[in-house]
Amino acid sequence: MKPYLREKIPTSFEDIPDTTSYEAGYLVTKNAGWRNVRPVIDTASCVGCLNCYLYCPDGVISPKDGKVQIDYDFCKGCGICRKICRPGAIRMEAEK
Amino acid sequence: MAREFLSGNEAFAYGVRLARPHVISAYPITPQTIVVEKLSEFVEDGSLKSEFIHVESEHSALSCAMGASSVGARAFTATSSQGLLYMAECLPYAAGGRFPIVMMNANRSTALPWNIYGDQRDSLSQLDSGWIQAYAENAQEALDLALMSFYIAEHQKVSTPFMANLDGFVLTHTYEVVDVPTQEQADEFLPPFKTENKMSLSNPKNLGFSAGPDTNTFFKYKEHTGLLHVREVVAEAESKFESIFGRHYTGLTESYKTEDADDILITLGSISGLVRETVDKLREQGEKVGLFRIRYMRPFPNAEIAKAVKNAKAVGVLEKDISFGNEGTVYTNVNSALQKAGISIATSNYIGGLGGKNISPQEIETIFEELKEKRSVVRFLGVEVR
Repeated sequence: MKPYLREKIPTSFEDIPDTTSYEAGYLVTKNAGWRNVRPVIDTASCVGCLNCYLYCPDGVISPKDGKVQIDYDFCKGCGICRKICRPGAIRMEAEK
Repeated sequence: MAREFLSGNEAFAYGVRLARPHVISAYPITPQTIVVEKLSEFVEDGSLKSEFIHVESEHSALSCAMGASSVGARAFTATSSQGLLYMAECLPYAAGGRFPIVMMNANRSTALPWNIYGDQRDSLSQLDSGWIQAYAENAQEALDLALMSFYIAEHQKVSTPFMANLDGFVLTHTYEVVDVPTQEQADEFLPPFKTENKMSLSNPKNLGFSAGPDTNTFFKYKEHTGLLHVREVVAEAESKFESIFGRHYTGLTESYKTEDADDILITLGSISGLVRETVDKLREQGEKVGLFRIRYMRPFPNAEIAKAVKNAKAVGVLEKDISFGNEGTVYTNVNSALQKAGISIATSNYIGGLGGKNISPQEIETIFEELKEKRSVVRFLGVEVR
């Protein structure tokens, strides 16, 4: 599941909760700004083993149509998916 | 109501039992050990239905209490001195998370030189951690404070952790006759802990998140406001307490013969008893002296201090603390209160009781004698350097 991004960004005092707790299931910002390299999937080589889905430390890889997809809003570019991919279907490309 | 012969630690443990915490997580340290031992005995004999968790350190003790509080449990811990400093990382964490944990701290000196005896440098070093800080004078107040601390901390307007301080040995280990309320009375006083600030399956929440430069100040301001609400909630708690238990408390501070006093000595904690006796003795000799006891250091009773000393000629602050390179921290806070209220009188600072050194009645009389000189000095009791 891709995290929901909250549409209304809290900016004023009234928007701020009284404690450091808030309704679960939402994020207020994307979080991928420090990614230098991005994993790219070669869907032709992908066998749908889902090892990358299981090993991704940030939960940004999800199954899709028997293969996988990556959520670049939250992927940090660590490359664990490339390392774990036996068919070699994931390559890392420099962010421009 | 039963009358028992209890030490300060035991009295506090009795108060905690009456508050029925769901979770107690603590690590023993002199001079706090007995409160933890007593509570573990209560759990063992079945008179207190709590999860008693033996943790491996003070850092874990408070982390564990935070975990308990974050699922809506009433949580208690206790520590002292080096233990308090070891858990220091968790103190602002609990305060910023707005987890209303209650902690007893047995005031004790901090190393080096190694020393297990009482002074207040441990808790006063943590004034800025966001916790409510109260200082008990005697065993009865310790028990009553234990019960009231949960009421105040958990109040919806406050939702802030509470540090109840007892002077090490002088209060934790001395025995007094203490009125112990019945469980029925305690239940009438203290409502069950209710909070929305918790993990819940029916209302899932994101707890303890980050807040960047854009919103961080808002959170800190709300934390500050929670502490400022303590004054009114203490008044509410003490009024309800009196209606049930018949004992009267006086809010963030206590004034004793200050109305017409020329010279007022400000103290906190157990030394106040001796100062009160000295005031009585000097009053019999015609001296216009008074005692002003700070019961709560956070929130700081700025208004109460200004009101009590506005007609005085000199003020002394006697404290078991030194902020090295400056002066006693209580003195700094008192001076700030007076300056903001436009009160310009001589104030002096007396640093005493460090590492458990006894403060004698003669020394207190000498302080009152020196206050007549209307000077502003910072003096260490027992060190003859002026």
